[in-house]
Amino acid sequence: MKNENLIQYICGVADNALILGQRLSELCGHGPNLETDIALTNMALDLLGQTRSYYQYAAQLSDKDKTEDDIAFLRVERQYKNVLLVEQPNTHFGYVITRQFFYDVFHLLLLQELQTSKDETLSAIAKKAIKEVSYHQRFSSDWIKRLGDGTEESHQKVQEAVNDLWKFTDELFHMTQDDRLAVDSRIGIDVTTLKEKYYQRIGEVLEEATLTIPEIKWFQKGGKQGIHSEHMGYLLADLQYMQRTYPNMKW
Amino acid sequence: MKNNWPLWEVFVRSKNGLEHRHFGSLHAADAEMALENARDVYTRRNEGVSIWVVESKHITASNPENSGELFEPAQDKVYRHPTFYTLPDEVKHM
Repeated sequence: MKNENLIQYICGVADNALILGQRLSELCGHGPNLETDIALTNMALDLLGQTRSYYQYAAQLSDKDKTEDDIAFLRVERQYKNVLLVEQPNTHFGYVITRQFFYDVFHLLLLQELQTSKDETLSAIAKKAIKEVSYHQRFSSDWIKRLGDGTEESHQKVQEAVNDLWKFTDELFHMTQDDRLAVDSRIGIDVTTLKEKYYQRIGEVLEEATLTIPEIKWFQKGGKQGIHSEHMGYLLADLQYMQRTYPNMKW
Repeated sequence: MKNNWPLWEVFVRSKNGLEHRHFGSLHAADAEMALENARDVYTRRNEGVSIWVVESKHITASNPENSGELFEPAQDKVYRHPTFYTLPDEVKHM
């Protein structure tokens, strides 16, 4: 597998963590209360920490003189390969938790497989991240149950988020060209094999939360090809503002 | 949301062999959430290896007005301290 393709594969995994981390960090100081605010910000930091490890490795593989910051801040929208799910806005707490839950379940399944990657760096990153992500999944699953099985209003709001975000779940299991190359070299994970377990786990939690699984047969896609929703531009403007305005600035 | 949640006291053991120490308090809907919140609020900088939470209403506190009769009589009784023994070096955290 060529380095160029491996870099693309790594970004496919890491961009999800970067964009979800960015979305969560928008809530810093705006959480519903102190405890949840800190919890969400902790998860944002976990995800950004994981992103750094991936990007440092990608920068190292690049033949051009690139740094992790170039990869994080200086690509254009089409070059980000995150799924549409993670860029969806923080509409209300029900959306924040549902988006997190839909991603965490996938993320944990992915990391469990990535631990066995032939690529030692990716395997090491997965082993480290898996503890953080286990906690994320526990946190978001607990909240899905609390909101779903909570008051009438919380049930209705989280059901609305589940119905709205469901159409973004199928894209998690799409394979890009670079994904296939990575699977062939026993570096990457065939995400199609995770699909059954994913919907089973999601179904169990939603059932316990007394929520209904939406009967939607049509799914959104595009993020993995770099074709994003209208929210992505605003998110990137926030994310990239400093590096674009003051090139090469450092802390 | 917060107005409906009871207050919890958080105790953290910072390493094995030490006792749990009071770290602070927080709001949570139930014990399980209190543990998760305590983990996020008080141990995110690697402060602990074990957490206890207890709902604040279950703690009975002494009344500051009674501190005279409760504590002052002990002030001039140094012989109640075991300071006349030499401790072996192996005993830590006394």
